[in-house]
Amino acid sequence: MDKIINREALVGELNKKFGQCAEIFEDNTNQSIKVKPDKLVDIMLELRDNPNYDFKVLMNLNSVDYPENFTVVYHLNSLTHLHKLTVKVELDKADPQVPSITSVWKAANVQEREAYDLMGIVFTGHPNLKRILLVDEFVGHPLRKDFKLQA
Amino acid sequence: MEKSFFNTIADALRNWLMNGLGFSDTAAQLTATAIWTLVVILFILMNLIVLVWLERKFSAFFQQRRGPNRLGPAGFLQFPVDIVKVLGKEDIIPANADKTVFKIASTCLFITTILAWAVIPLGDGVILADLNIGLFYFLAIGSTATVSLMMGGFSSNNKYSLIGGMRTVAQMISYEIPMIFSLLGVVMMVGSLRLSDVVAAQQNMWFIVPQAIAFLVYFVATVAETNRGPFDLAEGEQELVAGYFTEYSGIRYAIWMIAEYGNLVAVSTIASIMFLGGWNAPFGLTFIPGFVWLLLKIYFMIFLFMWVKWTYPRIRIDHLMHFGWKFLIPVSLANILVTGIGIYVYRLIIG
Amino acid sequence: MLKTQELTLNLGPHHPSTHGVFRCVLNLEGEYIQKAVNHLGYLHRGIEKLAESRTYTQFIPYNGRLDYVAGMLNEWTYVHAVEKLMGITEEIPERAQYIRVILGELQRLASHAIYIASMALDVAGATAWFYGFRDRDEILDLLEMVSGQRLMPNYMRIGGVAADLPEGFIEKCQALIDEFPNRIAEQEGILIGNEIFQARVKNVGPISKEMALDYGLTGPNLRASGVDTDLRRDEPYGIYDRFDFKVPVGEKGDTFDRVLVRIEEMKESVKIVKKALRDIPEGPVMAKVPKVIKPPVGEVYSRIENAKGHLGFHIVSDGSTKPYRLRIYSPCFVNIGIFPEMAKGIHLMDAVVALASLDIVLGEIDR
Repeated sequence: MDKIINREALVGELNKKFGQCAEIFEDNTNQSIKVKPDKLVDIMLELRDNPNYDFKVLMNLNSVDYPENFTVVYHLNSLTHLHKLTVKVELDKADPQVPSITSVWKAANVQEREAYDLMGIVFTGHPNLKRILLVDEFVGHPLRKDFKLQA
Repeated sequence: MEKSFFNTIADALRNWLMNGLGFSDTAAQLTATAIWTLVVILFILMNLIVLVWLERKFSAFFQQRRGPNRLGPAGFLQFPVDIVKVLGKEDIIPANADKTVFKIASTCLFITTILAWAVIPLGDGVILADLNIGLFYFLAIGSTATVSLMMGGFSSNNKYSLIGGMRTVAQMISYEIPMIFSLLGVVMMVGSLRLSDVVAAQQNMWFIVPQAIAFLVYFVATVAETNRGPFDLAEGEQELVAGYFTEYSGIRYAIWMIAEYGNLVAVSTIASIMFLGGWNAPFGLTFIPGFVWLLLKIYFMIFLFMWVKWTYPRIRIDHLMHFGWKFLIPVSLANILVTGIGIYVYRLIIG
Repeated sequence: MLKTQELTLNLGPHHPSTHGVFRCVLNLEGEYIQKAVNHLGYLHRGIEKLAESRTYTQFIPYNGRLDYVAGMLNEWTYVHAVEKLMGITEEIPERAQYIRVILGELQRLASHAIYIASMALDVAGATAWFYGFRDRDEILDLLEMVSGQRLMPNYMRIGGVAADLPEGFIEKCQALIDEFPNRIAEQEGILIGNEIFQARVKNVGPISKEMALDYGLTGPNLRASGVDTDLRRDEPYGIYDRFDFKVPVGEKGDTFDRVLVRIEEMKESVKIVKKALRDIPEGPVMAKVPKVIKPPVGEVYSRIENAKGHLGFHIVSDGSTKPYRLRIYSPCFVNIGIFPEMAKGIHLMDAVVALASLDIVLGEIDR
């Protein structure tokens, strides 16, 4: 099973360093934290570079259309400590904007473009935020729940 | 020297034209030459059927496949059927292409191939024009092939073709030099550029023995000259789709192919004549006629070409240039020097 | 007046060496690439959206359509993720676990055989190409024996596998696996040891350790760059903790290392299959799972070591019979992101080789 990181200590330290920005997110995986969008890049840099966390790998970048909000989910992994962390950012339904973390991991580049393409989440500061899988003229974002399916 | 089978036929033909049909001497000569030209073209085309079949069968053998096996015995008729298919194809000429150049490019290559065959003997005295500068003529005509490939590459209005054409020019010009230098060693030993003289000089020993290095250099350089693997950069199907003939289709494409195989047979024939003793029979096996021996040697050379092609991956263009300029040319020059010294020493001893 | 101009070359979507419908716009100076821009999406089928209107079991066949040269491993990833979400990973019967390992490793062998083969073809070594496809074909015959399908097996099930191994499979598989080291040696002889091949791939498209992690490379590509990581060893899923195998790691991260790592991995896979064939017990092949799969509310991110890298599934469940959101983390999709960086400044011929060395499959990139 996955090695669990001490979330209480992690959240405490992040809050101490960047002000009230992170909290524990309760779900079935027991490895999620929720952070505020405006501090995301700083927190990610800290998580990557602090040797206690050492999250060198961005395992996955996902976006989910929940009824109440858009959630961007970052799965992080550490090759040295072998622990994992899920960072969640909840975004406003009307105006889903989140800072891009391309400066932290270049792996986020294509995945953010994909999330923009299919879910319509705007990653501010992304170097090349264009549709990647669908054609440029496509209207709408298919992975949203309000996207009308048609055969 | 006794007359060969072909000479007898040629003489008979000439006699029949002059006496039977009342042709004048010149007219008979011209008609006989024209017929002989047709025979050469037919020889190339007939060779092609065998060659393509062999190429397919050899490659299948190397790759543990069966190869063509449906049409005719062991798939022998596959190529004629392919030609029929190709003839039925639409002749596509790309928009904005330089249409005139595009149309004549493949034919130009075919013409150079046929022209080169004028001086290539297929047996003792079986030759269209036994020039005293036969080898020189062959090399000169052969080097004009570059122009046709470039015409094809530049006129297609296709970027792949353009890059293919550029590569062709760079490659063929670079490899012409070691090819010519490697043949020079043999010419120095014979003292003649006439191909029949070269063969006559090999009655006791084939030139592959004293000129082994030259043979290897010639072999490598001709692989590059004929654009065959591992030096088929001009074609470069992985990055350039098909290189200079990307846009060609139908019969024009087929003519490229025919001309390339024609070139392959031509350089193999020159290799057999220059290094493998031509129509001289080895080990005194003279009961087999000379032209059969020559054919065997040509096909042995072609087999070598195929073997190399289907074994090695393609070389990169800068490696190719380095290999040509920094290795093959110095080696072939050194070979000329050693040959010259050898001849000088030999003359000193013999007197 | 002479002037020079950059040549814009549109590599793809239909091109011999883009391994599918991948398009790359190259700016060339001479034949050296100044800039490369990827264009993806020609094979986009919206599989993630489709999953939201399929039940968990109905989605299994779609996995074969992702990475269509390693279908069995994709299915394993998916069913493993659902099992993890349901909390039944411990209940999978022993025999099913062994069958999964055997078929998974066979599939990995097949996928790597294709890799070596297409690598050979991209340097125009057509003979090695045929050798690779011959080896792969015999593995596909085995997969066909088991599942009735060669490419898209639809064989794994949530809770086990669809059916027991057919009669004679063990013997046939044993024979092939005993023969396989010779096949690898043959490839090494005609391709890896070839001087022209080595000249073509050595020092082409090197990826440093830092760069590889930054760009999120996974699997053999990451290992070739010198990062010692393998999910089968580090976070053993299924029964991989029972197998003893080496994890080959490259040094320079160039194309040659990426090829060598795959060759070594094939040898290790052969060992794993050998041991699994020896140890496989008798017994059932399906756990007791409900007819209608209804995982509890929650989410899971699970990944396994696919042939191309870490294939991951992030499944969000709302407690119904269909996934609320299913995200496929595609290793090829992320790996291809590094290609513009690799291609910068190298020769067109090298770019083709570098692209082949990333082992991309467009079915998985475009999903």
